[in-house]
Amino acid sequence: KMVTRAVAALSRFTIRARCILFAARSHVNCEIKGDVAVIRISDPNSKVNTLSLQMQKEMTEVMDEVWGNSAIKCVVMISSKPGCFIAGADINMIQACKSTEEVTRLSQEGQKIFEKIEKSPKPIVAAINGSCLGGGLEFAIACQYRVATKSKTTVLGTPEVMLGLLPGAGGTQRLPKMIGLPNAFDMMLTGRNIRADKAKKMGLVHQLVDTLGPGLKSPEERTIEYLEEVAIDCARGIVNKKLALTKEMNMMQKIQDHVMSYSFVQNRIYSTVEKKVLKQTKGLYPAPMKIIECVKAGMEQGPDAGYLAESQNFGKLAMTPESKALVGLYHGQVACKKNRFGVPEKEVKTLAILGAGLIGAGIAQVTVEKSINTILKDITEEALNQGQHQVYKGLNDKTKKKSITSFERDSILSNLTGQLDYSGFEKADMVIEAVFEDLAIKHKVLKEVEAVIPPNCVFASNTAALAIKDIAAASKRPEKVVGMHYFSPVDKMQLLEIITTDKTSKDTTASAVALGLKQGKVVIVVGDGPGFYTTRCLAPMLAEAVRVLQEGVDPKKLDSLTTGFGFPVGAATLADKLGIDVAAHMAENLGKAFGSRFGGGNLELLKTMVAKGFKGRKSGKGFYVYQSGLKDINPELKEIVESYNMMPTPAVSSDSDVQYRLISRFVNEAVLCLQEGILTNPVEGDIGAVFGLGFPPFLGGPFRFVDNFGADKLVEKMKTFEEVFGNQFTPCQLLLDHAKDPSRKFHRLIH
Amino acid sequence: MASMLMNSVRNCSLKSPRAVQFGKSFTFPACGTKSKKTLSKTGVKNIVLVDGVRTPFLQSGTTYADLMPHDLARTALQGLLNRTGIPKDAVDYIIYGTVIQEVKTSNVAREAALGAGFSDRIPAHTVTMACISSNQAMTTAVGMIAAGQCDAVVAGGVEFMSDVPIRHSRKMRKTMLSLNKAKTLGARLALLGSIRPAHLAPELPAVAEFSTEETMGHSADRLAAAFGVSRREQDEYALRSHSLAKRAQDEGLLSDVVGFKVPGKDIVSKDNGIRPSSMEQMAKLKPAFVKPHGTVTAANSSYLTDGASAVLIMSEEKALALGYKPKAYLRDFVYVSQDPKDQLLLGPSYATPKVLERSGLKLADIDVFEFHEAFAGQILSNLKAMDSDWFAKTYMGRTSKVGSPPLDKFNLWGGSLSLGHPFGATGCRLVTTVAHRLKKEGGQYGLVAACAAGGQGHAMVIEAYPQ
Repeated sequence: KMVTRAVAALSRFTIRARCILFAARSHVNCEIKGDVAVIRISDPNSKVNTLSLQMQKEMTEVMDEVWGNSAIKCVVMISSKPGCFIAGADINMIQACKSTEEVTRLSQEGQKIFEKIEKSPKPIVAAINGSCLGGGLEFAIACQYRVATKSKTTVLGTPEVMLGLLPGAGGTQRLPKMIGLPNAFDMMLTGRNIRADKAKKMGLVHQLVDTLGPGLKSPEERTIEYLEEVAIDCARGIVNKKLALTKEMNMMQKIQDHVMSYSFVQNRIYSTVEKKVLKQTKGLYPAPMKIIECVKAGMEQGPDAGYLAESQNFGKLAMTPESKALVGLYHGQVACKKNRFGVPEKEVKTLAILGAGLIGAGIAQVTVEKSINTILKDITEEALNQGQHQVYKGLNDKTKKKSITSFERDSILSNLTGQLDYSGFEKADMVIEAVFEDLAIKHKVLKEVEAVIPPNCVFASNTAALAIKDIAAASKRPEKVVGMHYFSPVDKMQLLEIITTDKTSKDTTASAVALGLKQGKVVIVVGDGPGFYTTRCLAPMLAEAVRVLQEGVDPKKLDSLTTGFGFPVGAATLADKLGIDVAAHMAENLGKAFGSRFGGGNLELLKTMVAKGFKGRKSGKGFYVYQSGLKDINPELKEIVESYNMMPTPAVSSDSDVQYRLISRFVNEAVLCLQEGILTNPVEGDIGAVFGLGFPPFLGGPFRFVDNFGADKLVEKMKTFEEVFGNQFTPCQLLLDHAKDPSRKFHRLIH
Repeated sequence: MASMLMNSVRNCSLKSPRAVQFGKSFTFPACGTKSKKTLSKTGVKNIVLVDGVRTPFLQSGTTYADLMPHDLARTALQGLLNRTGIPKDAVDYIIYGTVIQEVKTSNVAREAALGAGFSDRIPAHTVTMACISSNQAMTTAVGMIAAGQCDAVVAGGVEFMSDVPIRHSRKMRKTMLSLNKAKTLGARLALLGSIRPAHLAPELPAVAEFSTEETMGHSADRLAAAFGVSRREQDEYALRSHSLAKRAQDEGLLSDVVGFKVPGKDIVSKDNGIRPSSMEQMAKLKPAFVKPHGTVTAANSSYLTDGASAVLIMSEEKALALGYKPKAYLRDFVYVSQDPKDQLLLGPSYATPKVLERSGLKLADIDVFEFHEAFAGQILSNLKAMDSDWFAKTYMGRTSKVGSPPLDKFNLWGGSLSLGHPFGATGCRLVTTVAHRLKKEGGQYGLVAACAAGGQGHAMVIEAYPQ
């Protein structure tokens, strides 16, 4: 769960990499206001501030001047960029390092600067507006006092763990002391963003400042000014001893702190957290354990040992393949948040959705949230009612979590119109159909819709497997037809797979991508073909999973093998979630299209399950039985499996073999998609597999996996399997090419 | 919040004499050349203010504490009857504005009219539009007369903050309502048994926006910060308001006030919230909403007030036919609304240029300004907004600023900060004060403007009735 959350949260933080050196001071500016030095940070080359080498250099210079100037009594540290204090360290700076020692040195330099900040004889107030993440947070917590705006963009956090790293500039040492072990572990191990109000409660910031509306200047500009004014008052208050630096604690907190000071309590916490981390990461992610190690070192052996452990572990982690894979994913995700097809001629202001099922309603929810008029149409009042309720519930859950107010919820919902007819479709800029996966039905609605929509309206089909060109065959204007494959649950899954046919116009694609990005999706654009990219990769893996079951492995074991490899959800559970009927339908269609390569497991097994009503999660029974929140192996499954029993071949049936059988079919199909041009590039392939199908994030996606694992080693394994099972394991040409020439990589090498 | 506000107001020392002298002389320049000789329009009925009265405005929880809202409204209506001598059946319609409704008298206009002895044949209704509720009552009356449906209408407003509806929690209410429907003793006992201590926590009304959940004081503090209005400026303005109100009270200028014999208590004949303090005393107060660095305090905010007001509005012919000498013409008016979060209290800035444009007047044509003072910070922010070309262009879509009203014409008899602010009743006080000041100061045009919760606002141009 942590891993998926970590990956999900990747999208929320930004570390921009820029490193341009200037002779004059370009990043840090210092204004002296009486006895206060106001230090303003702004990277002229980027939308966000990062702790680049240049930034560090200038900061050190300015601080030396401040400390040397006896007229200055205190300091305010503020960013002049709206929406960003400091978003973190410069990733490229770390990536440019060639050795563990080099990274460790970087960490030690950071530690040194922040130590000087912490020990400053002149109080330093960090005035935080916007993202204060990673190294930025470590900077802020080294200061004596923190004031933050209540802006929604103000978030504090240590997202390093999501890049397979740890807070390497004193964070692992200062955070536990400041906010206590449990909160510090929560922040550092999940990488979650903390909003300002929560940060105040946790003791991470001392004071909050309201955001301002229109005045004599723009709200953003004036809010920063106001923050600065308040921070200056605070700084002077500290100098005049009117403002206490120790936090006020209530009785509960005092008791808690006291309890935490016992080493046996601390040890208990370490072991609990370690157990939890191991359970969630299956030991596949090294960073969380290292974070615990650093905290422990500092608490048990004192700061010197703690800081040393932190810098050394930071160096080690930066060189791990896990970190490199996660950094690669981060870059890939940034790339997939851009529209490479340009700005569409017409922005989508009204979207119509056909089918109010899980997916249709999910699309509606993420659309209304962006203030786009949304029509949700179904054919029965019952289905419509359910769909509208799903949207309401999705938003209401946010109200319960207090991320939006009930008023905002209602206001968002006012963008939704539920209906049974086609009225209002004449104003639609785009229609997304999410009706049953049946070509005849898709054709029927396409014709109905085309009769009522304006000529420039895009028709998008949400399908997991039907070829878009087959759907477009019924269209009068195939250039306006595109595929938009959303993943369920739409409001949680970040990926959107857009499918273009050779007739789809560039503007239609641009329009679909623009809408997807607006809905907050990570977008990949792939070519048309059965199963497109994601479904096509998943199908062979599931076919293999069925074969594994037929060989007598039970669903729990299968799940533990897949999660043990790093998938967030086991193969059997995934099939149940997807729906056994859907999986059977998908396997049958793709089997027809691709022949025996997609074979392996017996499709009849799935069909028998469906016939017995075991359609997976939604029907309460599949591989598992779902009852009041619990799941157990379906007792009736055994009988079905036994009737399709296969004898396992011992040479290729060890746990590890099973794992590689599953993964190699997935990876080979992904590489084949690139070979055939379904994928434009490996980056989108990796992003699609990780964000859509849960491919182990620490492996970075199928293409980075091949790069790191070695195409030759993979081909060797596949050939062993091929001998036993046949063409399902025949490596594709592109994979063979890579195997032959070890210098060929899908991704540019990072040291 | 309310009690805290009250306490800090009471804690203000009253001993220190007026520390700030107002250098401005109170003689008034004769009207210069106006853009227009009169605002009378052909084909549009002239509608006049015959007279206006109000009860003394008292801090809530004082002498009026045991009354009900309609008692105050009734007193204002009786005062109007006495002041104007209008026969009790000569009025066609009665409209009242109110904000916090007493559920027993939700149509407070009707209850008050009956209680005041008006004929029971006169229909009455109640309107609500936050702090501009009685403005809405008056403009509704203007609309009815202009449409030819009525000739004489009484409009007014009332607010009673000494008692507000404090409700049971929703869960408790639900249980109690189900109890009514439960048929058997067992079912009733089961329902009673389901009550948990948490259900007993009451729901208190707050002066907060429903849409944003922000209290008005908090919004005012943010507004003051947005316009860079300092604490000192706000305290100075509040002191000005109290000093001017005290002076007006002492000089007997507040002639709209009618005495009130409160049952069981003394006769009340004066507003009791006017307390000129000193800058030093005011500076001691802690911020009331934004802590610890806010600037809005109990001393520079309007306080919770009980009070009612009433005006008699007629078509000019009707007034003359009944032998009245009207006090003023009620001319153009506008309502505006903006973002309830960040521009909650900027109504006057939006409404002023709009109503002037409608009238064909310039700011310089106005002799008397009466703006509702919700907070000193709100008034000063509005003055700054009206004086900013950037604000006019960026937020109001205008080519240039309307200009800031000169302070020597502005709220010279005190304002809501000092006289008090019974939400529903303030509008009529503003209009009556403009009429009285025009007469006293010899001006021709007056302007009323006010902000209201919900991010709304109102302005009206008033023309003196020729002497």
